[in-house]
Amino acid sequence: MAAVQGGRAAARGQWLLARWARPLLFTLCLAPLAWLVWGAAADRLGANPAEALIRALGDWTLRLLCLTLVVTPLRLALKVPALARFRRMLGLFTFFYALLHLLSYAWFDMGLEPGEIARDIAKRPFILVGMAAFALLTLLAATSFNRAMRWLGGRRWQQLHRGVYLIAVLAVLHFWWMRAGKNDFAEVLVYGALLAALLAARPLLRRRAGLQKG
Amino acid sequence: MPLPSPDNGLPRLLPSEITPRAAFESRRVLLRQLAGGAAGTALAAWAGRQALADTALVQPPGRLAALPARRTAVAGGLSMEKLTAYKDATTYNNFYEFGTDKGDPVKNAATLKTRPWTVAVEGLVNKPRTFGIEELLKLSPQEERIYRLRCVEGWSMVIPWVGYSLAELIRRVEPQGSAKYVEFVTLADKPTMPGVNSRVLDWPYTEGLRMDEALHPLTLLAFGMYGEVLPNQNGAPVRLVVPWKYGFKSAKSIVKIRFVEKEPGTAWNKAAKNEYGFYSNVNPDVDHPRWSQATERRIGEDGLFAKRRKTLPFNGYEAQVGQLYAGMDLKKFY
Repeated sequence: MAAVQGGRAAARGQWLLARWARPLLFTLCLAPLAWLVWGAAADRLGANPAEALIRALGDWTLRLLCLTLVVTPLRLALKVPALARFRRMLGLFTFFYALLHLLSYAWFDMGLEPGEIARDIAKRPFILVGMAAFALLTLLAATSFNRAMRWLGGRRWQQLHRGVYLIAVLAVLHFWWMRAGKNDFAEVLVYGALLAALLAARPLLRRRAGLQKG
Repeated sequence: MPLPSPDNGLPRLLPSEITPRAAFESRRVLLRQLAGGAAGTALAAWAGRQALADTALVQPPGRLAALPARRTAVAGGLSMEKLTAYKDATTYNNFYEFGTDKGDPVKNAATLKTRPWTVAVEGLVNKPRTFGIEELLKLSPQEERIYRLRCVEGWSMVIPWVGYSLAELIRRVEPQGSAKYVEFVTLADKPTMPGVNSRVLDWPYTEGLRMDEALHPLTLLAFGMYGEVLPNQNGAPVRLVVPWKYGFKSAKSIVKIRFVEKEPGTAWNKAAKNEYGFYSNVNPDVDHPRWSQATERRIGEDGLFAKRRKTLPFNGYEAQVGQLYAGMDLKKFY
């Protein structure tokens, strides 16, 4: 960030355009998974590795969602347009970790039995909410490619992808509900406050940047 | 009660693995005869030692002070299932006084001071009094009990506890006829228990049993596990173990035992009445409001891809405790 603040407005974030920037981010996004796979292989995930995996993958889904949603406010606040290049990759990694989170739940907790999963969705509202968030996320991931963007048209595409705000709300609700029985909301509050701040920052920053259109 | 089918969670022992009862007993007889002096005093001493060693099933891991015990004779007191690894049983704990994450207690419980320690026994008893921990340890012979432990969260362990039936203590304080319930109050010491500063539960943690449950021989007042004194994170220096109920019924680090007339409030029941009932017997047919209790994950069993096992009614202790609840609607009194 020091480099960013030190640079002239035109040069701000120039290094973000470097050829290695996206491969670097890609590698960084895979690091948590590599860490977990190593942990599982080396039996370093504690007494209940299945639970540890499911929870860690859920945590990383939330973290990547936060990172995805931080791109725009950061771009506006720092006036670094180049940051926008990373948003799609972060969004797709959010989907990737959500998929792994869902798969590990389906496999380790439900034994990959569709009947069991259906019963669990009916029984536990927080699973239902999580599934809804995942369904929506799948829709966004499936329309994240340039061709889909062109096919939908910019405006409709943008409207659809504002669904990420709803996903954020559902994700926090999913997490809150999971913890509700234990009255233990410290972590939920952290993510909730962070996501709320990120969502609230958008209109404010847009207005300040004079980008507010009709 | 139907006989358990081979895959309902009971161990699949081959008949060839079981020592025939006759062989087992004849060994005992031989040792007794040897110890009886027929072969001379030196040999008797040796045999006596062997006989003593033969009583404990579990090798202590050598981490904490040994707590020698004899093998229990209480029916249902010795599950023959594979023990949970000591490391798993001592690093994966729910003990909210030291934090809500299951890894917290082992990290934070070192501050707990277990000496001196007293347990006040009061309420509707003829002989209310306060016991020092050393006195409690010697109150009755220590027994090794291998129990299944089922957590309400859907995981289970097999743990060799050391202690004696709570009934031994109850007998000595002479409860009055009006005493219908027993309440357990556990330590809530802010300076040494960081979790007590949170508002997750109403501290101190309290639990309770009906008198007949408290008097059941399987209800264990435990001072140790794996042949040693309890690690702090597992509820040192004295805790309860009620194997047919969900784990949270077994109060840890007990400081007070009260005999009362009315059903006492319990910490989890007060926190979420619809989720944690007073009885909380392990029951595959009564789901937790937010998840099924039909299956459980045995900790440390066959790695990541092991299938969950079916939960047994009363955690597999139905033969021993089922009659306590005859005629009760266990859905209502969950």
